[in-house]
Amino acid sequence: MPASIQHGRSANHTLRIVCPNGHLGFAPIKSGSFRTGCHCEPDLICADSGSCDVGPVPLGADISSSPLQWQVDDLEEMLLASRRLGVPMIVGSAGDTGTNSRVDLFVGIIRELARKHGLAKFNVGYFYSEVSKEALRRRIVAGEEIAGLDARSPLDLATLDATERVVAMAGIHPYIKLLNEGADVIIGGRSSDCAIFAAPAVRCGFPEGLAYFYGKVLECASFCAEPYAGKESVLGEITMDDVKITALLPEQRCTVASVAGHAMYERANPFYEHFLGGHIDMSQCRYEQYDERTVRVTGPRYVPASELRVKLEGAGKVGERYVGIVGVRDPYTIANIDLVTGWARQQVVERFGDSGYELHFTVYGRNAILGDREPLKATPAHELGIVVQGVAQTKGMAEEVCMIATRQMFYARLPQVKGTAGGVAFLLDEVMPASPAYRWTLNHTMRLDDPLELFPTFIEEVGI
Amino acid sequence: MMASRKLSEIAKTIRSKNAGVDKITFDVIFPDRATYDRVRASGILSRAAVCRIFGVDPALISDHVEFDPALAIKFTIYRRMPSGSPGDADVFGSQQYGPLLDIEVPGMP
Repeated sequence: MPASIQHGRSANHTLRIVCPNGHLGFAPIKSGSFRTGCHCEPDLICADSGSCDVGPVPLGADISSSPLQWQVDDLEEMLLASRRLGVPMIVGSAGDTGTNSRVDLFVGIIRELARKHGLAKFNVGYFYSEVSKEALRRRIVAGEEIAGLDARSPLDLATLDATERVVAMAGIHPYIKLLNEGADVIIGGRSSDCAIFAAPAVRCGFPEGLAYFYGKVLECASFCAEPYAGKESVLGEITMDDVKITALLPEQRCTVASVAGHAMYERANPFYEHFLGGHIDMSQCRYEQYDERTVRVTGPRYVPASELRVKLEGAGKVGERYVGIVGVRDPYTIANIDLVTGWARQQVVERFGDSGYELHFTVYGRNAILGDREPLKATPAHELGIVVQGVAQTKGMAEEVCMIATRQMFYARLPQVKGTAGGVAFLLDEVMPASPAYRWTLNHTMRLDDPLELFPTFIEEVGI
Repeated sequence: MMASRKLSEIAKTIRSKNAGVDKITFDVIFPDRATYDRVRASGILSRAAVCRIFGVDPALISDHVEFDPALAIKFTIYRRMPSGSPGDADVFGSQQYGPLLDIEVPGMP
């Protein structure tokens, strides 16, 4: 147990949260530091399970991005600790996307784990975050603006029609409601990461600025500690005056640099964190080394929003998808690779015309990852790997688009090529079915009258 | 004696990551105040320099800040397409920092 924890609580009124994982289910919880955290008298165990980082496919197709068994294992570890210690457990953005089906999936897992372990009766609270396309359509038709974020245009009907599924980003409100109703376990739909942790802190009367910062710093678990080690637990403590964060893995420490560095992680701007109901201003935050493994933070300021606006995420299907892979070793072919892909594309155009499908060549060894932004794109490697993606409305057409493009690279007509028995090397002489292609259609905000209006809550008793 | 050093030799962390679905944010974090100050003063990671490095229009840089508590220079660039669209080959935005590693930083001890 870290020294800071042995000292006992640093004030009369505190709330301690252990966070075992920054993306529950995505990679397994490391048990050692989580057990340490459970010995530190936590008042809650909380974890975020969602992220838009996994791309638009899981939301569009309504699937998780990780195996069911990993989700079960992480939930089991948290649930057993939570019941043993008699403290609430909160999971937000269930199953990567926080759609209704993912909430139901996680609630079902909790129910099954309670039965498997013969747990004494407890209350599971949950809420949904999906927004119907019909509700959005009514607002647009009525002339209301669904405003675009990050330079996107306001939502129009065509984009809405091209959308498969939409979730709204909940704030602290459904969590507080469920805690007030006696939930011992909460499975949340899509939520702001920081709200999962801020909710119990705000409910206990801690200042909002500190409470939201508390969530902001805890939500990625050990990412706020150094040296880098993922999926390890961290312990947070909030008082009326400060937030403290402690690394629990013996090899890790929370330092001023690591905690401040984390405050800016995966956000466009390190000074502001927005959520339903307002934002926090972190520009006056003060970071101090409290003890060897603990950092103390003061000074975050809560700024309530003048108008309630909720963030919406939506994904729409582009089409079915097939993938092919080829390699190139001939330096002349490498120097003329755009002619090769151009030839292959032309063969697809001759078969299908120039619209009604998508064809992408991703050229590894040149500029696959940065595209036009690659400064070294003029000096490719001595070998190239090219991933071909064919996307079309039907699987049959997607397969054919991909197959024509992949195979025709083999037949590309370069005027001075020495190798006349095949222009590329095949890893497999086939194209492979991949997940259907989706795209993010919504990254928008919408006005709300009530922060609970999109997030219906439910509570049920499980266990024996 | 002053020399030039590669950014990868003097920075503690150089990373990129999605900031939402339409942007990628870059963090360059330094081990000490002196290095941080020297790089800031050099301008090698200024808004204009970032545009040159990635060949992007200044309008595509949504944020560019110096973040003293973390000894970090941080900037955020709009994506070429939303993350995970067909054709995007970096769904997490996690390998976009590559071109920063070899930047020469003048005036290093």
